[in-house]
Amino acid sequence: MGFSPELAEIRFGCGLTPGVAPPDSVAQMLGGLFGPDVAAVRFPIEDFPHFRARLMEQQRLARAMRKAETPARKAALRDENRKRNKATRRQSIAWFGQALLRWTHTPQGFRERLVRFWADHFTAQGKRGVMIHGGLPYQEEAIRPHITGRFEDLLFAAVTHPLMVHYLDQRHSVGPNSPIGQKKRNTGLNENLAREVIELHTLGVGGPYDQADVRQLAELFTGISYVPDKGFVYRAKAAEPGAETVLGKRYGGEDARFRDIRAVLRDLARHPATADHVARKLAVHFLSDAPPPDLIAHLAARYRETDGALDEVYRALLSHPLAWVPGLQNVKPGFDFVASACRALGVPADRLAGAKPASINRMFLGPLKLMGQPWLRSFGPDGWSELDGDWLTPQGQAARIGWAMAAPSTLTPDLIDPRQFVVEALGSYASTVLRREVHGAETRADGVGLVLMSPAFQRR
Amino acid sequence: MSDRLTRRNLLGRSLALGCSVAASPLLTPVSLAQTPGQNRLVVIILRGGMDAIDVIRPFGDPNYRLARPTLAADAPHADLDGFFGLNPALGDLMPLWENGELAAVHAVATPYRNKRSHFDGQDLLESGLVALDPAQGGWLNRALQLVPGAEMRTAFGLGQGVQRVLEGHAPVAHWAPDADLSLSAQALIRARRVMSEDAAFARALSQAVAFSSGEGGSNRMPEQAKGRAHVNIAQYAATQLQGDTRVVAFSLNGWDTHRDQRRGLSRAAEQLTETILTLRRQLGPNVWGKTTVVTLSEFGRTVAENGSKGTDHGTGGAMLLAGGAVRGGRVFGQWPGLEEAALYQRRDLMPTADVREMAAWVLRASLGLDAGDLERSVFPGLRLERDPGLLL
Repeated sequence: MGFSPELAEIRFGCGLTPGVAPPDSVAQMLGGLFGPDVAAVRFPIEDFPHFRARLMEQQRLARAMRKAETPARKAALRDENRKRNKATRRQSIAWFGQALLRWTHTPQGFRERLVRFWADHFTAQGKRGVMIHGGLPYQEEAIRPHITGRFEDLLFAAVTHPLMVHYLDQRHSVGPNSPIGQKKRNTGLNENLAREVIELHTLGVGGPYDQADVRQLAELFTGISYVPDKGFVYRAKAAEPGAETVLGKRYGGEDARFRDIRAVLRDLARHPATADHVARKLAVHFLSDAPPPDLIAHLAARYRETDGALDEVYRALLSHPLAWVPGLQNVKPGFDFVASACRALGVPADRLAGAKPASINRMFLGPLKLMGQPWLRSFGPDGWSELDGDWLTPQGQAARIGWAMAAPSTLTPDLIDPRQFVVEALGSYASTVLRREVHGAETRADGVGLVLMSPAFQRR
Repeated sequence: MSDRLTRRNLLGRSLALGCSVAASPLLTPVSLAQTPGQNRLVVIILRGGMDAIDVIRPFGDPNYRLARPTLAADAPHADLDGFFGLNPALGDLMPLWENGELAAVHAVATPYRNKRSHFDGQDLLESGLVALDPAQGGWLNRALQLVPGAEMRTAFGLGQGVQRVLEGHAPVAHWAPDADLSLSAQALIRARRVMSEDAAFARALSQAVAFSSGEGGSNRMPEQAKGRAHVNIAQYAATQLQGDTRVVAFSLNGWDTHRDQRRGLSRAAEQLTETILTLRRQLGPNVWGKTTVVTLSEFGRTVAENGSKGTDHGTGGAMLLAGGAVRGGRVFGQWPGLEEAALYQRRDLMPTADVREMAAWVLRASLGLDAGDLERSVFPGLRLERDPGLLL
């Protein structure tokens, strides 16, 4: 068992494609993480600072609406707000197209996979107004630049990001003894972010903590907030004064300080339970529902030795023989299935870049819902399931098979010969049975559809 | 929705699709005599942690208003029994209450304590165990294993995701109303051969073919059904329950109301209301009369409201029961009171009964299961003592 370019691209990248040669070594895969982010440059997505201008505009309109002197003026402002929301929604559909094109054309597939993995680990969603469309700008700012650094920096970027603060209600958590808490009735703590930081982002639910730690961390987190014109802000007036004890360690003193929040996040990131949690999640994501315990232990050890240097953990993963067992295992989630299909087909950039939002909806966003993975809308802060069975439901497979038969001829009207496609999409993973059925298919569309629905293409 | 998915239609369409009926294990004929019982059971998992205190409001408890200055002050609730009131967003269910078709069991919980994680809480609720063990599957599946004559279509798990409460060795059908597969006869034969190399894929394809209408042209882009998802699910469930199906499970989300609970809970409660009313209407008086709808949630929420007009994760919750088979018009359960000393960890509603025990009594009455079997295999370790008489 050892490195193979084909497996590297299928298991750790975005899938085989005629347009891009698969990596030829582990060194090249890791090197790609440190080189220029070519896919992001070629297929730009609005970053959060630009997205904030949309939040500011929304805030301006909301204020004007409150002050509007006539009902007609108010209606006009509401109309404008609605129009702007619609424009942002259309824009966000174009960003989806860009994300898909990154997968389709990138020579750094491992980078896209890691961005997707960490964006899921740090799931954050907009709940109201323009913020609903902030998912990809959040990833551009909080996730993508931090995937090779230390886990504590990624953790800090994600947990203090406006979208996360909004998603897990941190903005409304006020220390009861803080100046704001003393002045305003009906304010108080909200435990949501603190709980998920411990349970999902760091120690994991099996970790050594209890309700008191959650409560104390929620007190420590008071003050984390954001404003549209600046992004993250620390509101000292909402912060609970006095020290808090999290996992037996005291943070802060009489006056609440922002650096205590940095410190507790750093300590949580470096906790041994976090090393185990992150190691297990990576192994499950890249290998199988039940990865070898030796491999998990190896990753966790490397994490502890390096205080969570993520590139070193990735190196440990890719250098381990157990990472290269030849049999394909995990079933791809919906987006990865669709995106790797576009990659195998080599869907040209101009086919998607100029597409109308309605057609992207019909081709991708609608089908993804039926595949059980509505785009950027997982059911909770725990993100998407890693269990193969959850992607192998009859209803989900019906959607995948339907899409595999219908979408390719629309995406690439001059549809490829399926006999060539089975080799380009699967290489040596195309079984005799699959090749025989593909060769005998009645139409090109049927042949290409059979390749994409095949277990070999759906697993990795 | 008409009777598009009856067994006979299905057979006809499967032939048209070109699959071999004799070879399909999904279509083994079942005589009516084998159809297990006539009662219907609908299990709805309310994900996110339903705030029992806001849904069935203990306005007769003097501490209720103190703990919830804003939440207790919204639109007036309907008075249920002089002590409890129904959240106004569920108001359209009042006719059911008055008709004896709606009940609640208050202050119940799973054995899950202290960490208050949604995800572990839901897994434990659906497993029906004291400690999580994925190999044991879900309690509703273990119950089906005891139902004589149960076959795949006896139980449906509906929605895009997997209903873990139904996972296990007994065959059950997983499907979503708007999933529909349509392949030409030739393509279907080849698809079956391609999938035959991987048992899990082969099984999913077989079921997808069996449950699809087969209508519409082949190579059609998958499309979402018009209409609201929870209503579509309720309609599809009703259609199945009018046929051979006896058990249906699905989920409704949106109960995690940390902030601005009045709005969030209203939305979720209205969906639940529409779901129950759709089932009642579509099933018709005869089948509704034999039906029990049970809602379960992973935990309740804090007794006191938090700093953002919401509530955080708690412990004791409530179970709602609807249907013609329910002994309705009453709130079951022992109310522990809301004074601070009576709370669980001075924070949450104290559970006074195990929700699994209530589910067991429902299974006993609805599916006719034996109490000993329920204690041994469905909810291992549970003791069934006094029948609260939840069903007629």
